[in-house]
Amino acid sequence: MANFFDEMYSDGAVSVRKHYDEFAAWLSAQSAETIVRKRAESDLIFRRVGITFAVYGNDAGTERLIPFDIIPRIIHAAEWSKLEAGLVQRVKALNMFIHDIYHGQKIIKAGVIPAEQILKNAQYRPEMQDVDVASDIYAHIAGVDIVRAGEGEFYVLEDNLRVPSGVSYMLENRKMMMRLFPELFTRHKIAPVDHYPDMLLDNLRSVAPAGVVDPTVVVMTPGMYNSAYFEHAFLAQQMGVELVEGQDLFVKDNTVYMRTTRGPKRVDVIYRRIDDDYLDPLAFRADSSLGVPGLLAAYRAGKVTLTNAIGTGVADDKSIYPYVPDMIKFYLSEEPILNNVPTYQCRKKEDLSYTLANLEKLVVKEVHGAGGYGMLVGPASTKQEIEDFRQRVIAKPDGYIAQPTLALSVCPTYVESGIAPRHLDLRPFVLSGKTVSMVKGGLTRVALKEGSLVVNSSQGGGTKDTWILEK
Amino acid sequence: MLSRTADHLFWMARYTERAENTARMLDVHVQTALLPQSTDDAEQGWRAILGISELLYGYNQKYDALTQKDVINFMVRDPSNPSSIASCLKQARENARAVRGALTTEAWEIQNATWIKMQSYLQTDALEQNPSEFFEWVKHRSHLSRGVTIGTMLMDEAFHFIRLGTFLERADNTARIIDVKFHGAKETVKQGQQQSQQMSPSLLSKDSKGADNQIDFYYWAAILRSVSGFEIYRKVYRDVITPERVAELLILRADMPRSLAACMNQVLNNLKHVHNDVSADTERFAGKLHADLEFSRIEEVLDAGLHDYLTVFLERIFELGNRISKDFLVPLAA
Repeated sequence: MANFFDEMYSDGAVSVRKHYDEFAAWLSAQSAETIVRKRAESDLIFRRVGITFAVYGNDAGTERLIPFDIIPRIIHAAEWSKLEAGLVQRVKALNMFIHDIYHGQKIIKAGVIPAEQILKNAQYRPEMQDVDVASDIYAHIAGVDIVRAGEGEFYVLEDNLRVPSGVSYMLENRKMMMRLFPELFTRHKIAPVDHYPDMLLDNLRSVAPAGVVDPTVVVMTPGMYNSAYFEHAFLAQQMGVELVEGQDLFVKDNTVYMRTTRGPKRVDVIYRRIDDDYLDPLAFRADSSLGVPGLLAAYRAGKVTLTNAIGTGVADDKSIYPYVPDMIKFYLSEEPILNNVPTYQCRKKEDLSYTLANLEKLVVKEVHGAGGYGMLVGPASTKQEIEDFRQRVIAKPDGYIAQPTLALSVCPTYVESGIAPRHLDLRPFVLSGKTVSMVKGGLTRVALKEGSLVVNSSQGGGTKDTWILEK
Repeated sequence: MLSRTADHLFWMARYTERAENTARMLDVHVQTALLPQSTDDAEQGWRAILGISELLYGYNQKYDALTQKDVINFMVRDPSNPSSIASCLKQARENARAVRGALTTEAWEIQNATWIKMQSYLQTDALEQNPSEFFEWVKHRSHLSRGVTIGTMLMDEAFHFIRLGTFLERADNTARIIDVKFHGAKETVKQGQQQSQQMSPSLLSKDSKGADNQIDFYYWAAILRSVSGFEIYRKVYRDVITPERVAELLILRADMPRSLAACMNQVLNNLKHVHNDVSADTERFAGKLHADLEFSRIEEVLDAGLHDYLTVFLERIFELGNRISKDFLVPLAA
């Protein structure tokens, strides 16, 4: 593990990094019994509070805890400033890109991105062409996945611009740490994150359709068996707005209403946590019982705001990802602050042959995949797995991209054998409305299996509290 | 508020209350079973429990004989029995989970913790070892659930729909508890016969020597205990236990918290708080039902025949529930 960047230790675990000093001192003063007790307590509390997620493919309704690790991931102020600036820059450019794609398509005309990469993309929604949305913002909530390879060396892994989840765990993990170890918060200056729901509500209200003075905001969920249901309910409650399902809404004269105990009530902003495909059975998947018939028409008529907008997938698709640095230069005339991971696009001949020749070294991902499903981590795979994947890539080259296996940073983490370094990533959340804003924090996900680079909770990953230290 | 949210809250409360009353009813019969009685009488007692909950058919599909062990298993653990305590608590929790945002954190945590604890409880043989302790636990969780609602929730619509669910269910359940003995009799016994026969529960063994009075005492005392009414009875009447007075206490006394009159009073009040454009008829319907209780004398009730009276009452409660669903909630599928 010595060749990976350790968040807490330097020089091969000999010395503690400065911003971890205080924590390391505290940790070494804790008895093993205290730690065992506190960890059991956190499990118990998470279960009692019902902070669980549903696992697909298991028995229906199975709820599981996401393992929570009590060693925080700490980021010092200078590093965060750079991250924040980079994220704001990136999300600004992405929103300008989506607006451009659905209007003048300047970036295509300028020859920066090939037209077929966008117009033939399954995530491109022709229904959105020339539709104006409030403040020209499409990705109101972005959850950008970031990994670290070295000191100050951050890479963006994915821009999640559709329905990114995880923010509730950011908030609950903080609450848990404050409950378990209040003394740590007096010994550190940790930037608070609790005001996220307030910022979110403010952001959602700011993008209400023109002319609406006191907008009614709702959170729309596919229902309680969705894996992220806890988060949907949590955010609705924290913002004090209704949590609706498709069946609670109906459209009349291009206006969206919810069914209430006092009759229909108009809805202005829908923070939807449901994919484009399921939003409106009249426009998209006809078999969807989760959506609202007529919603797209109401949306196109400008009578309701959907957050995030329909068609944002055209910007966070893995086949578009390689072009994000170009977008930043094109729209903002700025140099990208955050790195992109070098990406081989298997649809290109030379990239494909490189990929096929180096499968055992690369991470290969499905262009439309998510959640850690359908990917190959070359160095961690068997010969057979690599060969199987090779056939899949050959059969459909434009469905895959490949990236070098990054030396993801590690952080000390409690595992069965004690404390051991485990790989992690970071998902900060960027809110775009009238302005672009962030809380200082994010969700740190950690791969609990030794050597594993897959941090997704659906693949057995855990989470940590993320501390951004104030200067 | 959202109709669906109100619906979930309403049913959360109903299932919680139902679990509690099932526990109360079962507990009384477990206690009664400690008295000397013939196998026949014991069976009759358990048949009554199942009959009153409209579960006799479901039970007979699964079991051959009426034994305490099987009935308790069926009424407590059985996931295939939608009215078992386990099913009710699971439903209560599922409904709460569907609208956890509409509950206070504490209110949700009580529902969730009850469900979690119930599962571990039922994995042991604690229920078999000491059923009363389990029933006591169910009652306590229900008290907690109600207490946390009253103690932490904003008294808005959400609150009133929860309370509406609680008292509508309790009115139904109390009526069934009073009516239970009519269901113990064999199917052949015609209902609504002479009053004298109705008043003699004959649940106790014939050879447990004693007059009707004594039989009545044990039977009605048990009914009173099942609704926490034994001490209340003593306080109110300062006299021996008679069926007429028990019926009066549990049906007409407005200050007896589990009586039909008290429940309907609460139903009516909460209904007024959630009044909407289409609910006037439903409020009138509830008002009439309440007025009937408020202005009746127990002699009139008994003259009409207690069982018939309760049967009509249960039908009206059922109708009221449907009307509330139609006016405010998610209408029940036809």
